[in-house]
Order: sequence, then structure tokens, then C-alpha cells
Amino acid sequence: MKILVVDDFSTMRRIVKNLLRDLGFTNTVEADDGKTALPILEKGGIDFLVTDWNMPGMTGIDLLKAVRANPDLANLPVLMVTAEAKREQIIMAAQAGVNGYVIKPFTAATLKEKIEKIFERIDG
Amino acid sequence: MSQETRLALAKDLVKALEDDNETKADEILDEIAGLRESQLFQEIGKLTRQLHDTLGSFEIDAKVAKLTENDIPDAKDRLQYVMTMTEEAADKTLTAVERLLPVSEQLTQQTEELALQWGRFLDKELPYEEFRVMSKQITQHFMHAQKGLSQIQSGLNEILMAQGFQDLTGQIIRRVIDLVQDLELSMVDLIRLSGGKSKDKPAGTETVDEKLPGPAVPGVDDKKGDVAHSQDDVDDLLSSLGF
Repeated sequence: MKILVVDDFSTMRRIVKNLLRDLGFTNTVEADDGKTALPILEKGGIDFLVTDWNMPGMTGIDLLKAVRANPDLANLPVLMVTAEAKREQIIMAAQAGVNGYVIKPFTAATLKEKIEKIFERIDG
Repeated sequence: MSQETRLALAKDLVKALEDDNETKADEILDEIAGLRESQLFQEIGKLTRQLHDTLGSFEIDAKVAKLTENDIPDAKDRLQYVMTMTEEAADKTLTAVERLLPVSEQLTQQTEELALQWGRFLDKELPYEEFRVMSKQITQHFMHAQKGLSQIQSGLNEILMAQGFQDLTGQIIRRVIDLVQDLELSMVDLIRLSGGKSKDKPAGTETVDEKLPGPAVPGVDDKKGDVAHSQDDVDDLLSSLGF
């Protein structure tokens, strides 16, 4: 299981990476915005995408849309971890095909729960 | 129109009238009126320029007023929130460290004591009675270590999560920097106008007002009630959408 973590703040990438390691996911890759993330995804081999929304260059929502528009990536599970908390934004993400939405600040338990839920749905 | 020109024209006019030369007299009158008009146009031009500048400064005044009335107090609240968040994060981190240090100290001390006894045992210098005490201590030590290490583990996780403030406060500070920049541009415009060196605004100085909202600052961004306050709010909203 290879996971791509996308956030423009390196602190947050480290936090997510460490939490993932704690959950048993040791194989992670990082990118600091959608523009750098997309080529990594297109190269293949990523099984799960965790992305922030508000990033310079290319935002997480645009990354999500690009992923869903690419036939090779369309089914990739995507978890959004973001400070964007407006209702219309959450709805927009849901419509764009996000698999889970976690708002910052979050707890380790929340992240764990959402990730497990996503995998349950995929396996089930 | 200079005094001399006017005098010359007037004399020419009198002469033409005396000579009964009506065509000439009409020409001179037209010339005088023409000069008057061009001067009038110049004056109107100046006034129009002034009006334009004044209207421009009203626009900037309004912008500065909006900045000072709404955005600056908002920025103060945002920075206050940043202070609260950084303080909370530091407090969480320090509390965890203070709680864990004694745990690790105790484990270190126990390990040192047992290592010493174990060394004596290997050297066959440990009497049977003391050996029995040691084996009890080892059992206890395993229990302590298990408990202590799991405390340390969860404490380290708390410290890890507490660092999330850097992302959120960073986003908020970025917005305040944008605001300061906006204010600076408005001030520069205002100074330029009041200095009378008004020029049309260079293109591209308008900052985009409605960017992504970013972290919701309590008391600032949640007034309209369109913001999810917790993960539960998010989950409810998503499940209402059939998630």
C-alpha cells in the first residue's frame, strides 16, 4: 500500500506521515501541491491519496478533479484533510468525488476512522 | 490671451467699424470669441481632471475605510486566534513532556539497578535470596515498562498532533500579510492622489478579494453560520448527501 500525502506545509505532511506509520502504512510519498502530485500519480503505483485543499500552484480540489478525469486514476481513493470548513466547499468536494473529508485541526482517531472507513468500502 | 493681442484686436475692430468694413469687423469678433472659447475649454479640462481625481480619491477613501472598519479588526481577531493556538500547542507539548520525563526516568533507573544485579548474577556473585528478589523485580519491571512505554507512545502522538498549529496559523498569517499589503497599496494610491501626481492605477494591483476562506477563525469567519464547526458537522453534512 503506497500512499501519497499532499500538503504545502511540511509540518502537516510529517504529521500525517507519522500517523499513517502508526496505523501500519509505512510506504508514503510526499508532494507540496497538486502540480507536483499529479505527475507522481500519473506514473502509477499510488494506492491512496491524502490531500490538502488550499495550496498554491494547484489546489487539492483541482487535483481531485484531475484524478477523477483520468481513466487510470478515476477509482483512486482520495481523502481530503483541510482547514476549509465551509458547507459549500464540503459539498463541492463531495460532488467532485472525494472519499472522505477531515477538517483541521483533527485527531489521530478521526484520521484513523476515516481511513479505515474508506478501505472497508473498497474491500467490501 | 495677452494684453497686447487684445489691445491690437480691439484697435483693429474700431478701425474696421470706422471704415464701415463689416466683413473685417465680423472676422475680428470671431477671432476674439475663438480665443475666449479655447481658454474656456482649457479651464473645463482642468476642472474635469480635478473632478476625476477627487472621485478617484473617494474610491480609495472608501477602500481604506473598509479596511480600517472591518478588515483590520478582523485581522486583530485572527492574530489573537493565532496566539491562542500557538499557546495551546506549546502548552500541550510541554504538558506531555513534563508527564513523560518522570516515566522515562523511572524506567531508566529501574533498568540500571536490574542490570547491576544481573551482572552480579552472571558473575555468580548473587546470593540465592537476592536472586529471588531480583526475579520478582524483573517481573515488575516488565509490567512497568509495558505501561510506561505505552504512556510514552501516546504522549509522543499528542506532541505530534499538537504541531498541526503551524499549518493553520501559517494560513491565517498569510491572509493577514495579504491584508497589510492591500492596505499599503491603498495608502500609496492615496498619497499619490493627494500629491496631485495622479495617474491611472497600474494594472494588476487589485488583490483578489475572495480567495479560499482558509481556517475558520471563531468569531470572525463563522458569523454567517455556513461553516462546519467540527468533524461531526462535516460527517452529518456528508451523510445527508448520501455518503
